[in-house]
Amino acid sequence: MALKKVKGNFERMFDKNLTDLVRGIRNNKDNESKYIAQCMEEIKVELRQDNIAVKANAVAKLTYLQMLGYDISWAIFNIIEVMSSNKFTYKRIGYLAASQSFHADSELLMLTTNMIRKDLNAQNQYEAGLALSGLSCFISHDLARDLANDIMTLMSSTKPYLRMKAVLMMYKVFLRYPEALRPAFPKLKEKLEDPDPGVQSAAVNVVCELARKNPKNYLSLAPVFFKLMTTSTNNWMLIKIIKLFGALTPLEPRLGKKLIEPLTNLIHSTSAMSLLYECINTVIAVLISISSGMPGHAASVQLCVQKLRILIEDSDQNLKYLGLLAMSRILKSHPKSVQAHKDLVLACLDDKDESIRLRALGLLYGMVSKKNLMEIVKKLMVHMDRAEGTLYRDELLTRIIEICSQNNYQHVVDFEWYVTVLAELTEMETSAKHGRMVAAQVTEVGARVAEVREFAARECGAMVARAAAAPPGPASKEVLYAAAYVLAEYCREESVMRESVSGLLACAGTGGGAMRARAVCVHAALKLCAHLLRNYEARNDKDAAINIIREALAGLRPLLCSEDMEVQERAHNATALLSLVLRRLSPDDAALTGTAPPSGPLPDAILVEHDQSNGVEKEEPVEDVNGESSVQSFSGGLIEELVDLFDGELKPVAPKAQKKVPMPSDLNLDQWLSHSRWSSDSSSSEGEAEAAVFAPPPKDARPTAQFTPEELAMLREARRQEQANNPHYLKDDSPRSYQQDDVPIAEIALEVPLQVHTKRSDKYLISRESSSKKKKEKRTSKKRKSKKDKPSSDSDSEEEVHVARPAVAEGGELPEGAAPSDDEPAAPPDDPHRALDLDLDQPLREEELLSSRIHHYPSPESGLLEKKPKSKKTKSADKSSGDKPTKKRKEKKTKQKTVNLMLPEVAKEVDEALLIEDLSTTNGKKPTKDNDVADNDAFLVEPHTKDTKTEKHKKSKKESKEKESKRNKSTKKGKHEKKTGYEEALGISTPSKEVI
Amino acid sequence: MIKAILVFNNHGKPRLSKFYQYFNEDMQQQIIKETFQLVSKRDDNVCNFLEGGSLIGGSDYKLIYRHYATLYFVFCVDSSESELGILDLIQVFVETLDKCFENVCELDLIFHADAAHQVLDELVMGGMVLQTNMADILCRLQEQNKMQKAEAGISAAPARAVSAVKSMNLPQQLRDMKLPDLPQAIKDLKF
Repeated sequence: MALKKVKGNFERMFDKNLTDLVRGIRNNKDNESKYIAQCMEEIKVELRQDNIAVKANAVAKLTYLQMLGYDISWAIFNIIEVMSSNKFTYKRIGYLAASQSFHADSELLMLTTNMIRKDLNAQNQYEAGLALSGLSCFISHDLARDLANDIMTLMSSTKPYLRMKAVLMMYKVFLRYPEALRPAFPKLKEKLEDPDPGVQSAAVNVVCELARKNPKNYLSLAPVFFKLMTTSTNNWMLIKIIKLFGALTPLEPRLGKKLIEPLTNLIHSTSAMSLLYECINTVIAVLISISSGMPGHAASVQLCVQKLRILIEDSDQNLKYLGLLAMSRILKSHPKSVQAHKDLVLACLDDKDESIRLRALGLLYGMVSKKNLMEIVKKLMVHMDRAEGTLYRDELLTRIIEICSQNNYQHVVDFEWYVTVLAELTEMETSAKHGRMVAAQVTEVGARVAEVREFAARECGAMVARAAAAPPGPASKEVLYAAAYVLAEYCREESVMRESVSGLLACAGTGGGAMRARAVCVHAALKLCAHLLRNYEARNDKDAAINIIREALAGLRPLLCSEDMEVQERAHNATALLSLVLRRLSPDDAALTGTAPPSGPLPDAILVEHDQSNGVEKEEPVEDVNGESSVQSFSGGLIEELVDLFDGELKPVAPKAQKKVPMPSDLNLDQWLSHSRWSSDSSSSEGEAEAAVFAPPPKDARPTAQFTPEELAMLREARRQEQANNPHYLKDDSPRSYQQDDVPIAEIALEVPLQVHTKRSDKYLISRESSSKKKKEKRTSKKRKSKKDKPSSDSDSEEEVHVARPAVAEGGELPEGAAPSDDEPAAPPDDPHRALDLDLDQPLREEELLSSRIHHYPSPESGLLEKKPKSKKTKSADKSSGDKPTKKRKEKKTKQKTVNLMLPEVAKEVDEALLIEDLSTTNGKKPTKDNDVADNDAFLVEPHTKDTKTEKHKKSKKESKEKESKRNKSTKKGKHEKKTGYEEALGISTPSKEVI
Repeated sequence: MIKAILVFNNHGKPRLSKFYQYFNEDMQQQIIKETFQLVSKRDDNVCNFLEGGSLIGGSDYKLIYRHYATLYFVFCVDSSESELGILDLIQVFVETLDKCFENVCELDLIFHADAAHQVLDELVMGGMVLQTNMADILCRLQEQNKMQKAEAGISAAPARAVSAVKSMNLPQQLRDMKLPDLPQAIKDLKF
């Protein structure tokens, strides 16, 4: 035997140990993977050996390789072998490997249950500690269920080291096995007042983690924590407690009021920055939760802001960062107090640290006002130019849009300026994602702000021209989508329209497959053509009309065979419509023959014929309706019809409108739509039915030709109505009005800037600063108008400078009767903490008690260990239920134990009076000493009286009797359960018999 | 909760990694890589907090790190941890390592990652802070090492001797001596 050992040692000496492995890897830098593969082979050989030392060495090497990213899950069995060694040295290696590579779903974890239980109950505290540390990394549901009792036992170990680890471990158990929470909670609560500060801190830690996700269940612990907070000097624990209070105050405002004073004291007294910071954070949480009406409320806000200012001004970047972070929390509830420190925040924008700049940016949201918006945005634009990191740049862009668009453009006075800013942001060419953001803004401003439409359309025209001239970047491509729409929808300026048609068509031809704007460009071009044609028709300028159609057709021609399906389809549509008009204007135009694609099987003749017939049909009623005008028109009403295609305004729709469309009461989706037809068909012969499918519809199925003007008007109205109810259409509340003569037209900002470094948007800032006189005039006129339009738009009356801003359409269309506010709660994420949302104040039910698994895994040591803590548990329950002086409690500790040990001897269901009788008889039978008997009697009475005492105590506390009686019942019941639980545990070892 | 503790050098080579939330090995390497890229870009005179990593835990996730000479110590934590508290914790961790290794340097961590793990296990357990008092931690570690030494006893002496020899920078020839035959000779001995 000894020889074998020596031999093993000798052999081992020349195996590669961990140091050799590391050295080898360092020496083989060039072919590291090859070397490691070779080592892996060696390790596999070593693992096959019987010698545990060799195995442990191999596992240690595997642990190192795991860190380098090699999968070692194949060695799980060997790791378990090493873990189960008797030697602490090997155990350490095994548990380290396990904690690094095992996880809750590992196979074979079931094998470890008994071994870990043995380790948990080991004599040496470090072995148990090692097992706890390891287990915390890979505990699974099954392990948690089977070991919960053992870990709970360790919570009352005599060694603080183990108590501490066991308490922390319980949190992991709760996560995996939520059923353990309620039975273990009383004990956890007890540990909050453990004599050892480490255990206390661990318990605080666990409760904090639990309460963070389900704070309402832990409100009852607030008094305990309050006491801890005012007495403890352990900063680490104080931070945790204060953080916990921050989570609890939103639920209980009274708690907040009580907290303010001690927290303020701490803020004044502490020298630890970490504690100071957390105090401020919690005070902020309190202030948010009570909002106002508390004495000293304003003073507290002031104190926080002042302290934060000191943090932000500190040279330590960490404090600066945290100061800004806390500021942003105050900002939400007390923007005024933060705005006072605008200078500080703006200064932080120039900080060299990106984290700090990002934080300062977040704060800007609440800093802007009508007065300083332009200034701040200008500063941000300068940063945009300088920013190198894309992260910061993207954040800047997001923030610019956010602060401008917040609260329905509350702070934007001059929308022309804002549109220019958007155009400049587009020119900076960020990513496609941010291009989409800009695009959404362009559309939204166009839809919501009627006054700026002309200008926006002009700006969009320029954008389109730029995109047509040079291939657009990723952001421009996205913005083009919106630009084409805004341009075509709102442009009424003939020169811009005229120029843009070919630009749009050029854009549709470029940009590659990923550009979603292309089809929109085709459509926009057609729209512009239609509007232009109407203008020309009104002026009776036939040549110009023919020219524009020719130009458009020429532009459309390459698109007819575009690789993009939608572009192709829309190009065909547009070509057909335009050639129809052209045919009417000059029947034998050269451009007409060219419309058909060269290779075209496109049935040119058919298309035209068909359209013409349609046109004729439509034409007659139109002429009837407005007789004189159509006589003048050179197209015979065709252009009017074309324009009608694009009639109606697109309005913003509320995000949830689709969901809120009410179901018509007469709609029955389960009913067959044409039941009668099918039944009649089935009666007729099969051949007939088949023929009916392919037969042309009967002539009278197309009643369009017979429409009278009234009917047509009715239909048109019906269509409008339908559009109004259709959530797919963008709508606005105000009626469409293109002919707004009171639109203040500023100078066109299309010219190329003379100075390279000034932004186009800057001129708005400059002009605003310089020409205040001019503004005054405008303001008066605008003011009147805005008041008339939207009286509530300028609610911010405290603003010193009253600058009128154009009316902004708010909200979006919703079906009648639907309110935008009633939104559905977001689906909660899949979170283990959800299972831990349990009511902890309810007494335990019998089936909830953690059944000790010892029945299934009989082992003498664990059984013995089980007995002691169980009795302690009962004791602890007593302790927590009644607030007795500690002296008495101590006294009882020992007594209670013996009583409890006896209890199981007696029948479970008997009440306490019976219990006394019963025991006295047994005592009488047994030849015990007199004083012993007396002692026993005394104990037996004691719990009874104690119970009544606690009840009394509770009575004074509780307000309603009903509640109280319920409580009593439940405490009794709880006690009873404890007894049974205890007996269950005692079933294995029978010490009670020995006592008697 | 602390989600992960990573130690890597200025080139991103992992020296110690501990994940308190399960990730497979590939993911772990990816997290280390991403974290290194985030952290290494930063100057030494900027703040020690970082947001924006996307791999662990989504939005409720922050990196708190310190840079010592050639090593980065990075703690990935969620919002229940105090930022400054964690910074102090890193300091305690490093000081404890310093005491254990006597002037700790990267090489100590390279060759004794297991010892570093043992230090860490006394500091943090399952993602929660266990002990912040350095004297206590050192005392616990010493007691455990004493146990290990007692176990090894005399039987470990030869192994220690050999590893001492190996650790000396002997010329290659000497190391190539046919020492491995020795056990065979012993095996052949007849008692």
